[in-house]
Amino acid sequence: MTEPRLLRVLVADDEEGIRAGVARVLGGLTVDLDAYGGPTAFAVETVPDGLAARERLAQGGIDILLLDHSMPGLTGMELLEELRAGEAGTLVIMITAYASLDMAVRATKQGAFDFLGKPFTPHELRDVAAKAARHLVADRAARELAAGRRRVRFEFLSVLAHELKAPLGAVEGYLQLLDEGVAGDDPAAVKRIVGRSLARLAGMRKLIFDLLDLTRIESGEKARSLGPVDVAGAAGAVVETFAPAAAGRRLTVELRTAGDPVVTGDAGELEIMLNNLVSNAVKYNRDGGRVEVAVDGTVPDTVTITVADTGIGMSADEVSRLFGEFVRIKNEQTRTIEGSGLGLSILRRLARLNGGDVTVTSCAGQGSTFTLTLARGGTRLEAAR
Amino acid sequence: MNADGRPLVLLVDDDQDFLVQMSTRFAHEGWRVETAHNETEARAKLATVRPDLAVLDLMMDQLDGGFTLAHEIKQLDPRIPVLLVTGVTAETGLAFERAGAGSQSWIKADAVLAKPVRFEQIRRELDRLGVRHD
Repeated sequence: MTEPRLLRVLVADDEEGIRAGVARVLGGLTVDLDAYGGPTAFAVETVPDGLAARERLAQGGIDILLLDHSMPGLTGMELLEELRAGEAGTLVIMITAYASLDMAVRATKQGAFDFLGKPFTPHELRDVAAKAARHLVADRAARELAAGRRRVRFEFLSVLAHELKAPLGAVEGYLQLLDEGVAGDDPAAVKRIVGRSLARLAGMRKLIFDLLDLTRIESGEKARSLGPVDVAGAAGAVVETFAPAAAGRRLTVELRTAGDPVVTGDAGELEIMLNNLVSNAVKYNRDGGRVEVAVDGTVPDTVTITVADTGIGMSADEVSRLFGEFVRIKNEQTRTIEGSGLGLSILRRLARLNGGDVTVTSCAGQGSTFTLTLARGGTRLEAAR
Repeated sequence: MNADGRPLVLLVDDDQDFLVQMSTRFAHEGWRVETAHNETEARAKLATVRPDLAVLDLMMDQLDGGFTLAHEIKQLDPRIPVLLVTGVTAETGLAFERAGAGSQSWIKADAVLAKPVRFEQIRRELDRLGVRHD
């Protein structure tokens, strides 16, 4: 049993009986706000007038204020006006002896959350308190979520800005070399400068295109045309695409198929996923190594694609960070390999969108095996979003 | 000074483009250039050549790789001028002011420059340090 969440209630009423009654009823109350984090209890403090209430509120920490409308000194209505001006995070429930409609309207305009008309029953009090607690907790959860989203968005944009600035700066630097004639007349030097510039621009283009893919998947705006897709055929086409790159590094690429590997899905999405896997297996391989692509359609509900390479592999720590956005494993062997750092993030999102997932096992220095599982049916797809 | 009379600069950075661009500029100014992508490569170079100047990136494989390497170079020969370059300022707003001796004595470098570094800045630092570079 976990400790219940505690909401602090301040009762401001000049009637001793009301103060004691509220303290007794709410003091023993626990409300279960299951959707927002379980049992919630109330800690009650009481004050006999408006001035004392103001003083206690100034110290902070009060979640719910039960405020008598008419008290000597500072009245409840006056205090309510002050509170509203200060935008305090306290929820106010007005207690009033003459619960008229007029009074209700006035207090609501001043920001009161609810009312209790005297005399009220313990049952009424409990209902109002539970309603207030639910509102307060839900409101706070929503605020936290919004703040969290803003923070994630800000972090994403900061990293993105940096990732775009780096290639721009590099190309600018190269153009300045040419502009100032610093490179001299050596054709090899000029060729190197132009080659590096083009490579950085290609990387930047890849980043922007990956980013667009990611944004479309995230927002759900990517038009999907679902139909039967032959995974083996798609894998064959992708292997074909990377044949020149593989040949350039003397890699042996092997494609094996078993069973009936047909899924209901989007052919474009499947191509992005397979491209990602095979491209990584080629990029992060060693010269003369192997890439094994296996498509397994022998199981009724899923089709599994494994792509194994004999490349540089990763440590457990590197694997744990692998699927994050803009994560590029930075070490001696990956230094010269270009990438946007978004590919695997996209791959995982697409896999989940297709009722599946992608996992990896890896051994540093020996190679990595990525396993992509796809659900055959298209029905569960939307749930993954 | 090295055999053919041209001074030698050691450039250490994990950013390939920085190495290519700085190499080109130093070569244009009459320097011989050795490059290294990380601390390990740099140490290997230092075992065989003695540079007249070292330009090091602050953060490479190790977060403070540049600091460590600067310290090692100064131990090897305190007369070798060491310039640290860093992208940290641009990314974190963290600034390393080049203050008077003392306040920066824990950084074993003669200057800390924020990326992007213009070659003009390097030239100015070399003038200040009295390093021949014409």
